[in-house]
Amino acid sequence: MNFRFLLELFVTWFKLGLFTFGGGFAMLPLIEKEVVEKGWATRDEILDIMAISQSVPGAIAINTAIYLGKRMAGFVGAIVAAIGVISPSVLVILAIAVYFVQFQENLYIMKAFSGIRAAIAGLITATAIRVASVNFHSKIAMTIIIGSLALNLFTSVHAAWIILLGAFVGYVVYHYLPNYK
Amino acid sequence: MIYWELFISFFKVGLFTIGGGYAMLPLIQQEIEAYQWITTQEFIDILAIAEMTPGPVAVNTATFVGYKSAGVLGSLLATTAVALPSLIIILLLARFLEKYQEHPIMKAVFSGIRPAVAGLIGAAAIFIIRNTLFVVNGGTSLGLPDLRAVLIAIAVFIAVRYYKVDPIKVIIASAVVGLIIF
Repeated sequence: MNFRFLLELFVTWFKLGLFTFGGGFAMLPLIEKEVVEKGWATRDEILDIMAISQSVPGAIAINTAIYLGKRMAGFVGAIVAAIGVISPSVLVILAIAVYFVQFQENLYIMKAFSGIRAAIAGLITATAIRVASVNFHSKIAMTIIIGSLALNLFTSVHAAWIILLGAFVGYVVYHYLPNYK
Repeated sequence: MIYWELFISFFKVGLFTIGGGYAMLPLIQQEIEAYQWITTQEFIDILAIAEMTPGPVAVNTATFVGYKSAGVLGSLLATTAVALPSLIIILLLARFLEKYQEHPIMKAVFSGIRPAVAGLIGAAAIFIIRNTLFVVNGGTSLGLPDLRAVLIAIAVFIAVRYYKVDPIKVIIASAVVGLIIF
């Protein structure tokens, strides 16, 4: 096992863990930047992996790290990526629990955090528009995009069901409309 | 044995919550109430802290509860426990998916999943915009937009969409700008 590669894997996931605020899809722009540019996975593969991570038990960031780590460097890679993505949270929370319980009332932290929250809004919007436009290639795909957006926004249907519904539509189209592109 | 109880409880949290994030909170709260590891006020504190610190909410909460109830060893144990189900499930799943990823049915299924995820990301963006750029009155009705936050969000959007700036640098810069203008 290549130690330098494992170190790079660890550092990459440590960075992703350190700069992911809000969790879930908010980490997608960062993963794309770090993982796609290194050639570890394509954008489509990352979407697939995040869909899987969202549909099975566990935290999405950890699931995604384990899946990609496993693909890059087997079982050891999965463990290294998982420890990498978890470590920043553990260190920050331990520091807060030990030294600084009034953390959330600190004025400077609140100000910096207001900036970060606004940045996350801009980041996820850019990612959402790009991913939607890439997938806007057929009437059926457009219907799935708008339908799943509306279901998630206006009903309490769990995201995992929405992903399963997309999978079902994908299968039905394949089965009954084999020439549909 | 508090270590064993912590481990089992957070293993359950990792195993029985799908979708991560705040979906995990009801189960975490249930386990905390059953064992009285931390007070209700501490639980409310950790939710505020988890939101403002990096990383998955599940990990933040597990680390905090583990430390408060059983020190550093407790925090490491609770965090390992919450991640362990993911490791088992994802490794099994990865094996299956790698074996069948070229199968036409698998490709068809993912051709339906990708637009569904695109829609979910769109919904996440709308949800985050609503909760960060607008002053929400009492959690229900929308208030006026916070112009400073809107400006940061627009600048970030342009920087990453048109100039391909590294998201991590953008987050750091926004924290600094936030310190100055808020």
